[in-house]
Amino acid sequence: MQSKLGLDERQIAEARALAGQIADDVMNFILDKTTVAIERTVLRLMGLDGVDEEGIPLANVLVDQVLRNGQLSGGVSRLVINGMLQTGLSLQKLGEKVAEGELDLFSLPAFEVESLLERGALEAERALDRIKNSRQARETYLQQLGEGPQPYVYVIVATGNIYEDIIQAKAAARQGADIIAVIRTTGQSLLDYVPYGATTEGFGGTYATQENFRIMRAALDEVGEEVGRYIRLCNYASGLCMPEIAAMGAMERLDVMLNDALYGILFRDINMQRTLIDQHFSRMINAYAGIIINTGEDNYLTTADAVEAAHTVLASQLINEQLAKRSGLPEEQMGLGHAFEMNPAIEDGLLWEWAQAQMAREIFPNAPLKYMPPTKHMTGNIFRGHVQDALFNLIGIATGQGIQLLGMMTEAIHTPLIHDRQLAIESARYIFNNARHLQDEIEFKQDGQMVKRAHQVVDEASALLQEMVDKGLFQSLSEGMFADVKRTPDGGKGRDGVVLRAPDYYNPIEEALYRRLGLDMGKEVSAR
Amino acid sequence: MNDLRHIRPYGDTWDDGKVQMSFSLPVPYGEEAKEAARQYVAKLGLLEPQVVHAMDLGEEMTFFVLYAKATHAIDFTTIKVPKVESPVMDFYEINQFIKDHIGRKVVVVGACTGTDAHTVGIDAIMNMKGYAGEYGLERYPEIDAYNMGSQVSNAALIRKAKEVNADAILVSQVVTQKDVHLPNLTELVDMLEAEGLRQRLVVICGGPRLNHEVALELGYDAGFGSGTLAPDVASFIVHEMVKRQTSKF
Ligand code: B12
Repeated sequence: MQSKLGLDERQIAEARALAGQIADDVMNFILDKTTVAIERTVLRLMGLDGVDEEGIPLANVLVDQVLRNGQLSGGVSRLVINGMLQTGLSLQKLGEKVAEGELDLFSLPAFEVESLLERGALEAERALDRIKNSRQARETYLQQLGEGPQPYVYVIVATGNIYEDIIQAKAAARQGADIIAVIRTTGQSLLDYVPYGATTEGFGGTYATQENFRIMRAALDEVGEEVGRYIRLCNYASGLCMPEIAAMGAMERLDVMLNDALYGILFRDINMQRTLIDQHFSRMINAYAGIIINTGEDNYLTTADAVEAAHTVLASQLINEQLAKRSGLPEEQMGLGHAFEMNPAIEDGLLWEWAQAQMAREIFPNAPLKYMPPTKHMTGNIFRGHVQDALFNLIGIATGQGIQLLGMMTEAIHTPLIHDRQLAIESARYIFNNARHLQDEIEFKQDGQMVKRAHQVVDEASALLQEMVDKGLFQSLSEGMFADVKRTPDGGKGRDGVVLRAPDYYNPIEEALYRRLGLDMGKEVSAR
Repeated sequence: MNDLRHIRPYGDTWDDGKVQMSFSLPVPYGEEAKEAARQYVAKLGLLEPQVVHAMDLGEEMTFFVLYAKATHAIDFTTIKVPKVESPVMDFYEINQFIKDHIGRKVVVVGACTGTDAHTVGIDAIMNMKGYAGEYGLERYPEIDAYNMGSQVSNAALIRKAKEVNADAILVSQVVTQKDVHLPNLTELVDMLEAEGLRQRLVVICGGPRLNHEVALELGYDAGFGSGTLAPDVASFIVHEMVKRQTSKF
């Protein structure tokens, strides 16, 4: 594709290579570590579900026991598979017995290694087959029902009550939405467990639970069949339970997952080692499940200035892309984030936003880019807000974005009411339809300010990446290079959950994922 | 002459009472829905309601835009709104005021508390860089400002306040959906009371959905909403300190 902005292919390839170096450094750091969340994910994928008498998920009960026993460095899998072989119980039953204190995993004799590995492999294949089936179910639906054209119309529901969310979501689908994101309640990212069952009490969002996923999925399938369009479901694989939520989403056929390598570090103060290790495993699951991930660079422009910090978005997208590749995600599943967040008082702000959106499109031609609406500069003036959103929608269609996260005129006030969404969807559909082929008609003046703006952002992003290569990602984050937020390698929440892998670390799910995704990076760590 | 004792909404003719509104009713779209909206608005005491737009939202819900005429009037001359009374000084005046009237540095600790992760508001007030062209408290030579960031527990905030011997505490609350912020704000005041610190400290809250009136009800000394700048807050703190004559030497 010829670059309309005259971007220099070589320069971009070089920037990519720099991002690749940063990603390789990160991979070197993470491959010999595991986390409590990864180990819980393995148990969930192998079929462990439910909670104990006190409401603690069985996955937590087991992993915590192993951690306390000082054996998590070997992974949780060997112990539970050994337990299953010795007792003849299913993992679920085994977990229940352990939780009730009727069974001690650590005092069971060790089964012969060969059978143990064989059983582990079998459990892993079963787990991944389940994900494969839900991926196939999505493909069948897409064939039967079809889908809306890009940019996909993406809206959120966030009532706090999953049953109320369903009403809002179905209405949105009828109004024209393609993707429904169920926003999580405030505070969920800091929980080191995933709540259980259907929930009705959240603030500014609804708990992500496997049961909530399941019932929302069923509701969207139902309405999708009625409106003759597959409706995608989105949630958040982020926070301390990132990989567990990815696993639940993969099993319950979510289609889109917020799954950023850095967001939790920057915006929730989650420990950076923890998040970086977790994102790799999460993304392998998302990759295998055919889930589109969304990244969160758009948020950088809420804490940093959108004009000054535009290049940090590009630099971070390139890093996110390179990390995602190393987890087996194809470009078609990379919903890299960017945003329309300039102060509306800026003269020619629209031109610069346009230039940047076009730039992102050209640099990531195959990615279903996630374009975020104005949020920070939305105010209580909902009427002006509707106009800001209209300009955003115009750029979305004129630059061929993949996922248009619709702005709400009430952004500064509350999470969307049913008619806020209606008005937003109506406006977006009007603009998308009215300007459908605008992008085919547009060329940019080669010495004009839009082309210059794009070049400037690329130059600055390249320079930043060079600096980050020299410093390494950890040091860069410590210095506040992204989002104006400073985080240290040992600070933040969840550091305790990071464990160095022992030489005999065993994780059959990871091995199977590497194999099925055709990744070979895991060889060193999983070979015994 | 406009009579401020009887005020009604204004569209294009004095006293025409014109109001516009929009809402949804959980009823299926159709003529009955429009009539229901009209009658509903009439029940609110508005005259001549007109449904100018109705839209099917799906799921047996309908959205309306209406115009109507208000009948009730209010007496503008009796309106009283609690406001922060102290005069607002600028950066230089505030620092000078501290030198002249307090004679030592004023210590301020701030945080966005509970599960709230919004830092931009408290940063706008506290960070060096400031907001909308106004420096934040960290820039004030006569103020020692400690910004603890977000997701800070009330206990940690109090610990810090004790550690640095704070004069004022600043609390930001941005997520207010379903009143999630209220228990958290009340807890802080209760904890300060229990520790016998409440009287020694100027305790202030802020955020886009907060205001002075609500803050007073919750037991705070002041509350600040959207568009607040550092001098608004600093001016209040120093005046309040002098008023209380709490300056410790
Ligand atoms: C940026 C942003 C985020 C960023 C925050 C990044 C960061 N590090 O701060 C991110 C993406 C992380 C985020 C997350 C969420 N957000 Co948010 N966010 C916003 C947004 C777009 C802008 C807020 C902002 O920065 N404003 C600019 C600052 C300068 O304004 P301000 O906060 O009002 O502060 C001023 C005054 O209020 C005052 N002030 C503020 N604090 C204090 C304190 C004191 C002591 C004083 C004196 C004054 C003062 O002075 C400031 C300067 O004038 C708003 C929407 C909007 N346009 O307002 C939503 C918004 C606040 N978020 C919202 C929600 C629901 C969330 C989430 C719960 C969403 C979710 N389910 O995940 C999460 C919550 C995470 C958490 N644990 O808190 C809702 C809140 C709804 C409500 N009324 O409760 C809003 C309104 C959006 C919406 N319509 O849904 N968000």
